[in-house]
Amino acid sequence: MSLFQAENLSINFGGIKAVDGVTFDVAPGEVFTIIGPNGAGKTTIFNLVSRIYEPSGGKLTFAGRDITNVPPHLIASLGIARTFQNIELFEHASLLQNLLLARHAHKRSSFWSELLFLPSVRRMEMEHREAVEKVIDFLDLQQYRDNLIVNLPYGVRKVTELARALCTDPKLLLLDEPSSGLNVEETEDMAFWIQDIKNLLGITVLMVEHDMSLVSAVSDRVMALNYGRPIATGTPAEVQAHPEVVRAYLGG
Amino acid sequence: MRFQFKTSYNQDIRLFRDKVDGFWYALLAVAVVALPLVLDDYSVGEISWVFIYGICGVSLMVLVGYTGLVSLGHAAFLGIGAYAHAYFIMHGAPWIVAVIMAVIITTACGLIVGLPALRMTGIYLAIATLAFSVIIQEVFSRWESVTHGFAGMKVDSPNIFGWAVNDGRSFYFLCLFFMVVVLWLTRNLLRAPTGRAWIAIRDSEIAAQSMGVNLAIYKSMAFAYSAGVMGLAGALFAHKIGYLAPDIFTILLSIQFLLLVIVGGLGSLHGAIFGAIFVALLPPLIAILRDSIPDTMNQWADETGITPIGLLGNAIGEFLKKPGVEAGIFGLILVLVILLEPLGMYGRWLKIKLFFSTFPMYKASTFKRQKSYMRSERLR
Repeated sequence: MSLFQAENLSINFGGIKAVDGVTFDVAPGEVFTIIGPNGAGKTTIFNLVSRIYEPSGGKLTFAGRDITNVPPHLIASLGIARTFQNIELFEHASLLQNLLLARHAHKRSSFWSELLFLPSVRRMEMEHREAVEKVIDFLDLQQYRDNLIVNLPYGVRKVTELARALCTDPKLLLLDEPSSGLNVEETEDMAFWIQDIKNLLGITVLMVEHDMSLVSAVSDRVMALNYGRPIATGTPAEVQAHPEVVRAYLGG
Repeated sequence: MRFQFKTSYNQDIRLFRDKVDGFWYALLAVAVVALPLVLDDYSVGEISWVFIYGICGVSLMVLVGYTGLVSLGHAAFLGIGAYAHAYFIMHGAPWIVAVIMAVIITTACGLIVGLPALRMTGIYLAIATLAFSVIIQEVFSRWESVTHGFAGMKVDSPNIFGWAVNDGRSFYFLCLFFMVVVLWLTRNLLRAPTGRAWIAIRDSEIAAQSMGVNLAIYKSMAFAYSAGVMGLAGALFAHKIGYLAPDIFTILLSIQFLLLVIVGGLGSLHGAIFGAIFVALLPPLIAILRDSIPDTMNQWADETGITPIGLLGNAIGEFLKKPGVEAGIFGLILVLVILLEPLGMYGRWLKIKLFFSTFPMYKASTFKRQKSYMRSERLR
């Protein structure tokens, strides 16, 4: 039984078929990575899964439920969280506020109770804060808690993106190029964290990544994409050795 | 420098940061309550304006400073609130009922105007709200059965459960009360999930959506709340000016509100109040200078025997008496603030506070922001 399934997923932008009949499934507890040259349609798949784009064909299933027509703001409460390739943090808010916002899918207070800040709201805020603090401890972000995002260096912002996604309590985590812009050391940290997310937190990871060392280190299965079509699926070693994949990257 | 040791999560949630903070706010409260006892009627009246503008500032701050939606039509909401309040009072409704109706009606108008806002941002939204305000102004002048058109509408002084608020001092406390209530309610929203959702929409709609924020609902909510608060300000505004006419609620007033939040400092409630102090007290200040500058300078001229000082004083006085000078000074200050202090008066206040609390270790670069050019392909 797979946790997430995409069947025949397609999207056209005008005449360009950005994603063209992609089928894959992600088993619970695995790290599934999508690789491919620039413009292969990897991030587009992510935007389709998080429902920001409307697919022109195909079906998305998550935990046995058809999510092809679920509005984008309900995706988080189903248990799918994502990070963004070009960091999309709330820049003029503190790191803590960024993470607390990620608890929005778990909000149960009404407008009126918030207006008066009833004790129930305060209690709920404390609960959210506890959940957030666990993630802060997990990713070692304690010292940046009260900093505004605009004042943080790029590497920390990247980790904050990951933290924010984790704060939604996801079952499926979509990581869009978690290592882009990070140095070697930070990339290694990222690899450890992804493994911990999988092993300690039991969260399934769907990842888009270019850095093959990171891909081989953490992925259980890899799918290679070119011009919106899958060309190979299998273990990292299998896919890397696949002649189609070599041709896609090197030409020939 | 004062260090804050945090031992409970509640310390990040409560209204005042710590006891020291609470003490300063208490002192401020005492000062504000004591002011009418020591000041003359004229000054008390002018400071009431600060409170009314403060409510307007909070209203616009929620929309512009926190949700990132620009409105050039907030004078229309103020007008709707003022006219609705005056209409219900004229037809015998109790004061508090009239206020509630004013708030409900403006909230409804805010919801309706907010609908196009779901699809528009930035300059387009500004133009749409501007159009709305022009339409509403036309409605004020043509719907004579309700607004009495250009003949105007007299607003009697409030009578709340038998308490006749007919002098400046009582009205001062009435405005102060409502400003504090609005500040408290808004602060509550801002420290709760709703406020965070607004901030999230301001900084990245796409991320907010992916984290579970329903953009349509929270944007309309921001518009409705902002309009409702403006409606309340409108009710007090109606009493303050005492006579409503359509040409009060023009685009110039909307721009003045926008000026208020920008000069005060976008993205903070303190900024709304600082801005209100500025906008409400600058005109009387100019009026005072208009007379006192020539007088003092002539006096110096007499004492020192240098006549040019007196002539210069007279020239400045003449200049300040010219029509449009006030608007010019407002504009000049807006330009200077945007150029020199983008964080507004509140930003400057924070800098001054930091300077003294870290003296002599203050670094000007503390508030420098790194420019980032990362946000390339923003999804819309």
